[in-house]
Amino acid sequence: MDALEQQFQDTVDGDGRIEPRDWMPEGYRATLIRQIAQHAHSEIIGMQPEGNWITRAPSLRRKAILVAKVQDEAGHGLYLYGAAETLGADRDELLDLLHAGKQKYSTIFNYPTVSWADVAAIGWLVDGAAIMNQVPLTRCSYGPYARAMIRVCKEESFHQRQGFEALTVLANGSPAQRRMAQDALNRWWWPSLMMFGPSDDNSPNSARSMAWGIKRFSNDELRQRFVDATVPQAEWLGLTVPDPDLRYDEETGHYVFGEIDWTEFFEVMKGNGPCNRQRLATRVAAHEEGAWVREAAAAYAAKHSAREVAA
Amino acid sequence: MAVQDLDVAAYCLRLGDDALVLAQRLCEWAARSPQLEEDVALMNLALDLLGQSRSLLTLAGEREGAGRDEDDLAFLRDEPDFVNAQLMELDNGDFGRTMARQLLVSAWSLPLWDALVTSTDPDLAAIAGKAVKEVAYHLDHARSWVVRLGDGTEESHRRMQAGLDEVWPYSFELFESDDLLQRLVERGVAADPAALQPIWLATVSEVVAEATLSLPETDWRPAGGRRGTHTEAFGYLLAELQHLHRSHPGVSW
Amino acid sequence: MSTSQPPKTSSGSPLWEVFVRSKRGLSHTHAGSLHAPDAHMALRNARDLFTRRQEGVSIWVVRATDVVASSPDEKDPFFDPAGDKVYRHPTFYDVPDEVQHI
Repeated sequence: MDALEQQFQDTVDGDGRIEPRDWMPEGYRATLIRQIAQHAHSEIIGMQPEGNWITRAPSLRRKAILVAKVQDEAGHGLYLYGAAETLGADRDELLDLLHAGKQKYSTIFNYPTVSWADVAAIGWLVDGAAIMNQVPLTRCSYGPYARAMIRVCKEESFHQRQGFEALTVLANGSPAQRRMAQDALNRWWWPSLMMFGPSDDNSPNSARSMAWGIKRFSNDELRQRFVDATVPQAEWLGLTVPDPDLRYDEETGHYVFGEIDWTEFFEVMKGNGPCNRQRLATRVAAHEEGAWVREAAAAYAAKHSAREVAA
Repeated sequence: MAVQDLDVAAYCLRLGDDALVLAQRLCEWAARSPQLEEDVALMNLALDLLGQSRSLLTLAGEREGAGRDEDDLAFLRDEPDFVNAQLMELDNGDFGRTMARQLLVSAWSLPLWDALVTSTDPDLAAIAGKAVKEVAYHLDHARSWVVRLGDGTEESHRRMQAGLDEVWPYSFELFESDDLLQRLVERGVAADPAALQPIWLATVSEVVAEATLSLPETDWRPAGGRRGTHTEAFGYLLAELQHLHRSHPGVSW
Repeated sequence: MSTSQPPKTSSGSPLWEVFVRSKRGLSHTHAGSLHAPDAHMALRNARDLFTRRQEGVSIWVVRATDVVASSPDEKDPFFDPAGDKVYRHPTFYDVPDEVQHI
């Protein structure tokens, strides 16, 4: 290990922060770009399943909340692409990789939102799981990523709460609403558990990411934390978690849950989830149909090389 | 408790429907806009308009005095009961057309809210005080894009002009007067639409000129929204807006 | 000294660094970056992106390529000289407890 690398590792080990112009191992840079890009892609693809219900939201209050939430997701995508760019990546290139299917986004967004309760369940479960994953990232060794995550987490807590609130109303509503709520939990529970990624034994990059201060807790630890936090909430709602093996272990103080179907996870990852093709096609169409607008703005800027600020 | 005033209720309903229907159209852009920054900006516009519509529909319900709240008015009225101007309900089309519609609306609603700040109805004046700041931004946003698209590339110029031509005829309805408006203008509650037109035209002409576009010329003046007559596209908009709420009568959300 | 970043052009739209003053009396603080074709749109975008929850009362945008930064390699010689000038800090001085308002 040479002096630069030693200095880098000392900074990380001492819980210091690496900043954009510091020396860093190429593997660290590449890992971060990949992870941050994947995270950013998840935010912007994640706009679709919920955006699907904006125009149909059942009250004006819920509509406003949902618009604000989907807007936040676009904002979070922007924060994250910004963080990736401090590492020398280019947003357009990252988007190209997404559009070409060469970079991934969270598998969770490849499931359809078929009822209003799905919007509520996404807020409660998917955002809940995302927060579990993201809070440790606010202490990530890479400064710009950590700062972006602080901003994201602050905004994200509203997302989870509004989801839980909406689901509470459904769970205490008419029989049809209750059915809707239970059905949403049935469909979103397992995919939410998969959001933490495969078991650490099968997650080859985990150890290195831990040494680099990018990852603080193992996938299994975070998943367990999520289950422990969420199962009592489901009980409070009067809904049934769709896991016959689920039980509370008095000795450990943790919930024991059933086997996750990783075949499904890897199938969705490969592109064979219910909505993979649709999500990507919508994203690509937006990008392509917007090309003339972006080109026009660039052409105008070139013509006017506007240094003066009208505001 | 609020005093019943059916004229004010009817006026608030018009403005509330305008904001609601335009917000609904803008919402259709979610996750589909030309760039991420624009997703954020368009959702900002939609949120502002949604907020305006909620305040206006709530006030309309109070002045009507029949116990209807914002959701009753938004979700449980049928097409002929909606009194938004037809301009608000027009399909988004491409981004140029959406911005053309936004320019024509915002250049009208800015002087409108500006006038309503001094409305003799204190609740309406309070809504105006907030709305006037919001639509000033909407106008600036629309202006920025119309100028950039008009004076951008050949393609964007062509599309921007086409978008403007398509929505232009629907703007005349904004300046129509009728008995209701005359009564309310007399009482100092409403803004006089005739007084708004020259301000609107000056703003729009300036933007159109800066954008190297031309003002469309047409003698076709579709109208009727204020009396509950709408375009074919409006039925679909309402169906989408209302179906879930109506599928579960009487429940909470 | 060196410039901070290589020029970036997403769809021909450059990267801007955004600084937000959170309230009157405080300095502008770096909030992040964004893309915009020109200064006017950069300000609009920054307003939408970084002040959705009333986080600011004033915004600066600066082209990322116009930021001149100190080089990390120079870190020690650049900042260390300030390290031994402890007399610049008020805590350097002993003030008797009975003396107030100083």
